[in-house]
Amino acid sequence: MPKTILQKVWERHEVVAETADTPAILFIDLHLVHEVTSPQAFAELAARGLGVRRRDLTLATMDHSTPTRTDQVFGGAPITIAAAANQVRELEKNCTRFGVELLNLQHADRGIVHVIGPELGLTQPGKTVVCGDSHTSTHGAMGALAFGIGTTEVGHVLATQCLLQRRPKTFAINVSGALRHGVTAKDLILAIIGRIGIAGGTGHVLEYRGEAIRALDMEARMTVCNMSIEAGARAGMIAPDETTYAYLQGRPRAPRGEAWERALADWKSLPTDPGASFDREVDFDASAIEPMITYGTHPGMVMPISGAVPERHGDAIYARALAYMGVEAGAPLKDKPVNVVFVGSCTNGRLSDLRDAARVLRGRHIASGVRMLIVPGSQQVKSAAEAEGLHRIFIDAGADWRESGCSMCIGMNGDTVARGEYSVSTSNRNFEGRQGAGARTLLASPLTAAACAVRGRVTDPRDLI
Amino acid sequence: MEPIAIIRSRTVVLPATNIDTDQIIPARFLTTTTRAGLGKHLFTDWRYAADGSERPEFALNAPAARGAQILVAGRNFGCGSSREHAPWALLDYGVRAVISTEIADIFRNNALKNGLLPVLVDEPTSAWLLEHPGIELTIDVAACTLSLPDGRKVGFPLEAFARYCLLNGIDELGYLLSHRTDIEAYERRA
Repeated sequence: MPKTILQKVWERHEVVAETADTPAILFIDLHLVHEVTSPQAFAELAARGLGVRRRDLTLATMDHSTPTRTDQVFGGAPITIAAAANQVRELEKNCTRFGVELLNLQHADRGIVHVIGPELGLTQPGKTVVCGDSHTSTHGAMGALAFGIGTTEVGHVLATQCLLQRRPKTFAINVSGALRHGVTAKDLILAIIGRIGIAGGTGHVLEYRGEAIRALDMEARMTVCNMSIEAGARAGMIAPDETTYAYLQGRPRAPRGEAWERALADWKSLPTDPGASFDREVDFDASAIEPMITYGTHPGMVMPISGAVPERHGDAIYARALAYMGVEAGAPLKDKPVNVVFVGSCTNGRLSDLRDAARVLRGRHIASGVRMLIVPGSQQVKSAAEAEGLHRIFIDAGADWRESGCSMCIGMNGDTVARGEYSVSTSNRNFEGRQGAGARTLLASPLTAAACAVRGRVTDPRDLI
Repeated sequence: MEPIAIIRSRTVVLPATNIDTDQIIPARFLTTTTRAGLGKHLFTDWRYAADGSERPEFALNAPAARGAQILVAGRNFGCGSSREHAPWALLDYGVRAVISTEIADIFRNNALKNGLLPVLVDEPTSAWLLEHPGIELTIDVAACTLSLPDGRKVGFPLEAFARYCLLNGIDELGYLLSHRTDIEAYERRA
């Protein structure tokens, strides 16, 4: 019986199989912990007198509430938000108390949890990966089954290394063709979400397949899988291939020597078998996709950047979303003035994303009145970008170059967008208030974001590259 | 977790679709390290104007809605972030059940683990409930039914295991810990 990659990974991790009455007990190979969704879980363990069962499979870092200003990360300047500072200290205390490895604020390997997992070589094909964060779906790009969990479940994994889960349904996203000039993985995933809807993947794991997916490098695949949750799917997966193995080989925590050879042989058995069936399938043509931008208050409210905001007569909820955004049905977004541009996040904060932004910004200056924040996804990304001089391009263009973190994607660390301001952001959510109370977010690729910064208006990146 | 068998309350209605967890509780309130006291931040940016005053047009601020324990919401409630602060805030505010045609996966999981009941209903039932705010409903967890004021009963899906945990106030960590031998056996063969 041909199997999907999800089925194969799932079956390998069943401690106890599911029955009609009880969910499966699923073993977790990698648990990533951060400061925002863990304190209550550690408190629960302490209250019950429990320890962390598999410290060797647990890694903590801090990213959400951490500052990105260099003086606050390295210069000893106090973290602006007292509660955020407390949360950072709490994680340090919990990691010491429970013996969990922590990449702390000043650590050279620290960064956004979904950037550092693959970067360190910890995220590997066939693993089950969880974290108290919905963008854990990112790690599925390596052929792992990776999904976000709540704090209670963080406690379950800390104490037992297991979760109670029902096997999700499968949903194949088949992408043929090739992305055109100026069109990126971000545009592809936004187009997919626009088509299947933000609840289109509920109850399913998406498997991205087809020649357009095979052609993506690992960082682009991470961008795609990252936003699976924005289509309602807890996880997205891409079968491992030569691109995956080349990315992983030599990473600090990837297997080496004989262990590498054994792992490689095993990983090659993971891809979905020919003839395996999916619960749902949708086909896309990558060559038909244009640079995309959101116009509304969820990622499914998205359109080609050259298009017009769709009209939906008599839909009060839709009208309210457009009013929040200050956009008009039937009108184009192109040339709309923008106030803030943010390049970063677990969606688009990797080296290739920064290179894309630099491609547009090189030799140019951002428009007057625009504030641009460029935040690397990790300290390693920061070092790599500086090694090739990208930071000079950014600083010369008038952008603000920061230390790594979630920054303006979530606006809980001091980096926010003011009420009523328009922010073109490479992050993943344009929900009301996501980047600050009253902020208006337009999601786009790093190319598009940088083009908007240069012109100070919504701009098709193909005009500048 | 306290056992839950029956929830009987008036409803409060939020017809918006895709109510995401950033609306339920914005990220700026996630710097807490405890579960308690999040109710005051529930739907903050919808409940309060920028000057801190209550927005009278927001459904939860209506005098008749005070104390309602059942929230009826538009399609795809709880989408977005995995923050468990969302069900914590709803529970702390006094909401004990959320009714919608679709509830996002992670929110649904988080809700069940805290004794907040996710109730999925079909389109006609949802449309009727959305049009009749403030009616009295009875939710029977054991029977998995919703009783409308006219005596009609509507069933809703609830997995046997989740129902068992809710009815008996059982927390899943205890269940997982009881499978220690199975976990050890798995670790030996993995």
